[in-house]
Amino acid sequence: MDRTEIESKLVDLLVDELGIERDAITPDAKFEEDLDVDSLGVVELLMALEDNFGVKIPDEEAEQITTVGEAIDLVETKLNS
Amino acid sequence: MNHRRVVVTGLGTINPVGGDVSATWNALIDGTSGIGPVTLVDASDLPSKIAGEVDGFDIEAFMPRRQARRMDRFAQFFWVAAAEALADAKIAYEEDDPETYRAGVVVGSGIGGVETFEQELRTLLGVGPHRLSPFGIPKIIANMAGGQLSIDFNLFGPNTTVVTACAASANAIGDAAAIIQRGSADVMVAGGSDAAITRFAMGGFSQARALSRRNDDPEGASRPFDAERDGFVMSEGAGALVLEEREHALARGATVYAEMLGYGMSADGYHVTLPRPGGGGAARAMQSALDDAGIRAEQLSYINAHGTSTAANDATETIAIKTVFGEHAYRMPISSTKSMTGHLLGGAGALESVASILAMRDGVVPPTINLTHPDPECDLDYVPGEARNVEIEFVMTNSFGFGGHNVALVFGRP
Repeated sequence: MDRTEIESKLVDLLVDELGIERDAITPDAKFEEDLDVDSLGVVELLMALEDNFGVKIPDEEAEQITTVGEAIDLVETKLNS
Repeated sequence: MNHRRVVVTGLGTINPVGGDVSATWNALIDGTSGIGPVTLVDASDLPSKIAGEVDGFDIEAFMPRRQARRMDRFAQFFWVAAAEALADAKIAYEEDDPETYRAGVVVGSGIGGVETFEQELRTLLGVGPHRLSPFGIPKIIANMAGGQLSIDFNLFGPNTTVVTACAASANAIGDAAAIIQRGSADVMVAGGSDAAITRFAMGGFSQARALSRRNDDPEGASRPFDAERDGFVMSEGAGALVLEEREHALARGATVYAEMLGYGMSADGYHVTLPRPGGGGAARAMQSALDDAGIRAEQLSYINAHGTSTAANDATETIAIKTVFGEHAYRMPISSTKSMTGHLLGGAGALESVASILAMRDGVVPPTINLTHPDPECDLDYVPGEARNVEIEFVMTNSFGFGGHNVALVFGRP
């Protein structure tokens, strides 16, 4: 899966699973400040990432993610490792 | 001490016969049943396959999807009913309005987020704890209907929840009125909700021998006081009232539907699901509500009965009414709107308060439908079949819950 595919799938997840407006989602968008995703929403996002990309994201790595781009990076790294 | 009087200035509901107060009232006057086959879950192996569902419920017409999916269906119903009641009362607070601290919520729910509970339990047993939703607990807990309302409508005053099974929202209304009377708030949203058309709840109530199995005749299944009744019909939905201190309401020119006059409650102290034979507990609740209202039994014009369509309730409630009202019991119209709506559990008392208040406003008593074979043990005037014009000065609504919780409320003209 290349980066574009990951991004596209992640955006779909954010829209479908978290109910975020598609237009608001950019790589620089911050989950908490720009997309209004609270701490519970982040947990939900990580579960969706694990389910949909078949990766395992430990809590301490999850805590580092603040933007959409960082989430894409993390998934990409996990998939290629 | 000043006696603070409590009036009703807003009504709201969503239930199987109507998505709002107006549609509901028209349906109740017309004698329309809201009961049909269960479609929300697989009912093929359930003893009771009929229910009162809120057809075509679309929460996204009321709130964004991302908010809706954080709320269980029971909390969504309460939100919708409460939003209607607040709009009806013309109450909307900005966050920085000091009045918000004088406005609160009391919600009743029998079970809370049981649909979510079942989903989460399936996940726990099937996959494991690491896949439980972070919203599972906030969706399940019964108090979240009130919590969510305070968040979305800036209601920063007293906020609590009553969990007394099918008496819950009647308790909520009584408790909210008491909060206003003692001066802790001026405005209270009070009501209740349940959304228990789930496999666990339907199966569990069936095992408790509480639900009708008249699966081949859904609209005829809820038949309070009829000789062929065989249990209640599970329904879902919510009711909500805006209660307000009378001077506060008059000062802002609010439309006043009714005065909340009497709140009586008692405990049977007898059995987990069955009423005490002889109805002594129910009678004490009714007498206590009359005493609280300061009226004599003969002054009451109409009772909206608990009337669940179970063998035990309807016969026992009838005895209790005779105990309290004597000969007047035979002269006074009594009806069960559950014959049309089914049983909303924690939403029932609030929905039936809405019906009682509108009956008084319009001088029309909604009927008990499906009462075609009178039970000799139920020999009062239950207004069978068709609505009736009756001048109403004072109205009582009864709500009794598993656990032996008995509640009666009395409303009077404004």
